[in-house]
Amino acid sequence: MDSVPSREIADMSGQAALPRKNGELVFDEAWQGRIFGMTVAMSHEACFAWREFQAQLIGEIAHAEREGESSSYYERWLHAFERLLADKGLLDEAALAERTHDFETGRRDDVF
Amino acid sequence: MSGARDEHGHHHREPESVLSLRVRALESLLIEKKLVSSEAVDRIVGAYEQDIGPHNGAKVVARAWVDPAYRQRLLADGTAAIEELGFGGVDLQVVENTPGVHNLVVCTLCSCYPHALIGLPPVWYKSFEYRSRAVREPRVVLREFGVDLPESVEIRIWDSSAELRYLVLPQRPPGTARLSETALAELVTRDAMIGVAVVPAPAAR
Repeated sequence: MDSVPSREIADMSGQAALPRKNGELVFDEAWQGRIFGMTVAMSHEACFAWREFQAQLIGEIAHAEREGESSSYYERWLHAFERLLADKGLLDEAALAERTHDFETGRRDDVF
Repeated sequence: MSGARDEHGHHHREPESVLSLRVRALESLLIEKKLVSSEAVDRIVGAYEQDIGPHNGAKVVARAWVDPAYRQRLLADGTAAIEELGFGGVDLQVVENTPGVHNLVVCTLCSCYPHALIGLPPVWYKSFEYRSRAVREPRVVLREFGVDLPESVEIRIWDSSAELRYLVLPQRPPGTARLSETALAELVTRDAMIGVAVVPAPAAR
C-alpha cells in the first residue's frame, strides 16, 4: 500500500532518522522528496528490503562523518540508494552519468 | 513540499542543483526500466509528508505508564515533558483518565490538534457534528465510538485552541504488567489519545 506510511521507515532511529520539524518530514528541496519517494517505492516493489537500504544509509552516514564531509542527509541517502541499486544490478553508473549530462545540457528536460 | 532554504546558512544552491539534475536523471532511468512510476513517488511523498501517525504520542503515553516520575512531570507540564522525549513545537496539557474520570478532546472552533504527537486529525474530528455534539452530548458520542461509560464516570471536555492543545493519557489496560515500554507504545491508539477510545488489553496469545 503506497498510501500508508510504514512504521519501519517512519520510525528509523539514530543517525538514520528522517529529518523532521514539529514531527513532520522535512524536504528542503524538491529532489529530496523525489529520492525519498523512489526509495520507498522500490522497497514496496520488493526490489530490496527496507533494512538493506537502512544498513546502506547508516554505512554511508558513517563514512561521510569519518571523512568530515559536509554533505546533507539526503545527499548521503542518494549515494546509499545509488550504491544499493548498483550492487543489485539495477543501475548502471555510466548510464546515470550520461543521463545526468543530458539533463545538464538541456538535451533532456522531462523524466519520462 | 517546500522549497525553503536550509536554516543553517550554508550555501548549498550550486551543489543542490547538480544533485537535483542527478536525481531527475535517476528517476528517468528507473521509470524506463519500469522500476518506479512518477505517480507512485508522488503518492508516497504525499502520504509521508502528511501522516506521521500517532507514534510520538504513543511513546509519551507508554513512558508515563512505566515511569511514575515522568507521569507526574507530564501532567504538571506537558510541554516540558514531551520536550524531554524530543517532541515539541506545541503547548500541551495532558489530561489523565482514571476509573472515575474520562477525558475527551475537541476543538469547537476549528481543528486544533497536537499534530506533532499524533499526526493528522481524522476527518470526523474536523466535522461540525463532532465539534458540536462532543460538548452537548459527550456520553452519546462516546457510546457511538464504542465507549460505554457507567453514569458514575465523570466526563471532562477539553476544548483545544491555537495556543493550547490537549492529549489524553489513557488508562493502562489490565494484563500489561510484563510488557516493555516499546510493546506498550504499540497498544496506544490515536483515538485513545483523543479520548474517543480506551486502550484495549493486548490480545490473548
